[in-house]
Amino acid sequence: MRPFRCLPLLLLACLPLLHAAPLTGEQAAAHVLNRLAFGPRPGDIQRVAEMGVQRYVDEQLQPASIPLPEELSRRLHALQTLQEPAGATLGRFLEVRAMRRDEDEAFKAKRREVFGQIANEAAEARLLRAVESPRQLEEVLVDFWFNHFNVFSGKGEVRALATSFERDAIRPYVLGSFRDLLGATAKHPAMLFYLDNWISKANGLNENYARELMELHTMGVDQGYTQKDVTELARMLTGWTYRPRKLVGDNETFFFDPKRHDKESKQWLGWTIHAKGQTEGEHALDVLALHPATARHISHKLAQYFVADVPPPALVDRMARTWLESRGDIRTVLRTLFSSAEFMDSSVAGAKFKTPYQYVVSAARASGTGMTDAKRMQGVLARLGMPLYGCQTPDGYKNTQDAWLNPDALAMRIGLAASLGQNASVETVQAALGPSIALRTQEVAAASPERLRSALLLGSPDFMQR
Amino acid sequence: MQRRDFLNALAAGAGLVAPLGREAWAASLAAPAPHSRKLIVIMLRGAVDGLNVVAPVGDAEYAQLRPTIALARPGQEGGAIDLDGYFGLHPALAPLLPLWEQKKLAFIHASGSPDGTRSHFDAQDYMESATPGVKSTPDGWMNRLVGALPGDSRPTRALSIGPTMPRILSGRAAAVNVANGAAGTKGTVLDNRPALGAAFDELYADNKRFGKVYMDGREARKEVMAAAANPMAAEMMAANGGAPLPNGFPDDAARLATLLRNDPNMQLAFVALGGWDTHASQGAATGQLANRLSPLAQGLAVLAQRLGPMFDDTTIVVMSEFGRTARENGNRGTDHGHGNAMWVLGGGVAGGRVLGEWRGLEEKALNEGRDLPVTTDFRTVLAHIAERHLRLPDNELVRIFPQLPRSAAVDFLRRA
Repeated sequence: MRPFRCLPLLLLACLPLLHAAPLTGEQAAAHVLNRLAFGPRPGDIQRVAEMGVQRYVDEQLQPASIPLPEELSRRLHALQTLQEPAGATLGRFLEVRAMRRDEDEAFKAKRREVFGQIANEAAEARLLRAVESPRQLEEVLVDFWFNHFNVFSGKGEVRALATSFERDAIRPYVLGSFRDLLGATAKHPAMLFYLDNWISKANGLNENYARELMELHTMGVDQGYTQKDVTELARMLTGWTYRPRKLVGDNETFFFDPKRHDKESKQWLGWTIHAKGQTEGEHALDVLALHPATARHISHKLAQYFVADVPPPALVDRMARTWLESRGDIRTVLRTLFSSAEFMDSSVAGAKFKTPYQYVVSAARASGTGMTDAKRMQGVLARLGMPLYGCQTPDGYKNTQDAWLNPDALAMRIGLAASLGQNASVETVQAALGPSIALRTQEVAAASPERLRSALLLGSPDFMQR
Repeated sequence: MQRRDFLNALAAGAGLVAPLGREAWAASLAAPAPHSRKLIVIMLRGAVDGLNVVAPVGDAEYAQLRPTIALARPGQEGGAIDLDGYFGLHPALAPLLPLWEQKKLAFIHASGSPDGTRSHFDAQDYMESATPGVKSTPDGWMNRLVGALPGDSRPTRALSIGPTMPRILSGRAAAVNVANGAAGTKGTVLDNRPALGAAFDELYADNKRFGKVYMDGREARKEVMAAAANPMAAEMMAANGGAPLPNGFPDDAARLATLLRNDPNMQLAFVALGGWDTHASQGAATGQLANRLSPLAQGLAVLAQRLGPMFDDTTIVVMSEFGRTARENGNRGTDHGHGNAMWVLGGGVAGGRVLGEWRGLEEKALNEGRDLPVTTDFRTVLAHIAERHLRLPDNELVRIFPQLPRSAAVDFLRRA
């Protein structure tokens, strides 16, 4: 019948798994560079093949052991917003925002300058690291977890707080304990502001954050909890706020306000929660972080990001089990993923369609030009529908082919490849991509005028996937 | 209220269904252009507060539930625009008043999805797949629709304007996604550099995964560029004094009208607008919600105006994944609710009416004591348009809207 007409296609897509072989040699190296990194740079595939894929994975799981190049550190150090505390950036932001509305041109220019600097430096830091950092898995996970705990910089104060959110609430925890990551995002003023918890109080409940906390950040939708559970969780989290003045003055990023807190007992997920102030919210995060539904939901999401749009259920099960056994240790869960036969199977190589972010960053890496023009890259990302820090909704950007592949998008990527190709030597691109470029693509490129070859490689079907 | 029961006809069995289907088919064949009847769907993502769009200002409960964000009664400062003595239109929607007066605009209140989820993402998914409660549906209903409509299909027959291809148009049938703004109708480097275009054509020619998407894109872009560059477009701009429109939706609406007028192949269009998730500081006559409604109303008015005579053959639906709480929350906003108002505009709409079963705002009438119950299933509204306006054969109707409830549909379209 028609409603199931895609089923045969799905079955076909699963078929290779039944009789597939593990990846080896340069193919295996290219695969891990496409998944644990934003694609290979010139020389990477040979290097990883020589050192062994297993060692590369182990190394990436311990980013602190990989030294950052001096040049990268120097460039990051030069970015004021990245160096200053959240409160200082917010202070600068509020100062120019408060300028009167019928202002003269000088005020307007000043405001544009400050707003622009804050936004551009956040983007520059992100792109710089994504392209240049040898700790690639860390950068890939920053992309993953930022989307998981998305905040939108177009909403008021978030514009000033997004840099700190990424630096202080996401980055330190991407391979650590999920409970720590969850707690850091829950208490960060960017999240408190974005999902309105900072203004929620006993006699003025706002359930926005509580809902997304259960639906998106932890258990997932349809996990048996009710509207009442959402409302009760919102009550438990009343008083979790921040004080703008103390944030600007003393960099106090979180404040529990007992006066705003609902002091009655609550009924949540079948439990009676006795009034205990801030501890109630901490307890909720403890429960949510280790809930079996959370283990499944996030394992599924990780497997979807790293393996295939429809991830192998057996792998997700094993990851969820690891989650519970390791008490939500992200590194251990990822070890289960990366060491699985499903992940290293030849049938999943290239199975993922790159998101615009992955496409743009991987193109910068493959063409060997490095991260030169952050503003231009930001513009490209916006045109491709994925502006940095620009996802309005709390579910973040999707990473599946369904979400990103369409005729217009593909044409725009190829257009971008054409302009990138003018500045990249074909030898460099070929050296970088090596075995991940299909024979057919190589033939068409070889038969085309030399000045078109880099563009053809960067715009090829092979380079759209990872 | 006039009601019609097209589903009973379905239930009556094949003997009855077949002639109906054949008739519909014959009617569309007899029509000069099978694509002349257009459908435009505008999706407000984030759950717009329908109770402040079409506000029950005649209900004493309304102002009590919403002490700071309720619209004032018509005639008062910042008051709603009177629609029928009971309901009032948000004042930011004033540009739509002429359409209401011409009876080309109607609302179906307390409509929505039967699934009770208050998750934006699930609710949107269900509204776009038209399969409430089922996440695994592979395609969107507009995609199924474009594949089922009589007449020949090219990629540009179904068009979406936005950053990514929406769920509603995803599926097997070709559809084209065009970026927002002027860039969406401009050529790419492939169009401007023939040698490069030819090389890429060869590269993608028989690629299993991307070949078709690539070719659809090439073909669609040529068509879209041609439609955008049509001399008529310039004339229309001149007729509007060349005045630039405010950014965002009014601009895209104008562009969409041009494309539809210049390319008779285009039949279905989709635009999504965000920013309706007003948990705090929602405002009443002015403020956050008003600031979103204003360009929406302007855009819809522009669309109606620039479609010109084509508006008579067009139906526009405005919908949102669910409504918001009847009571305002502690932050002068509203939380996630259930029933909402669907808007329908077009030459064939028998409008000037607020339709749907309305049960009032008393505590006992509310769903879970917090929001509007859904009294009209959104699928019956869409199916009514597909059947009556687009002349979709009945047997296709059940495929596009599976599990369509057997309840009677609200009837808001004139008989052609």
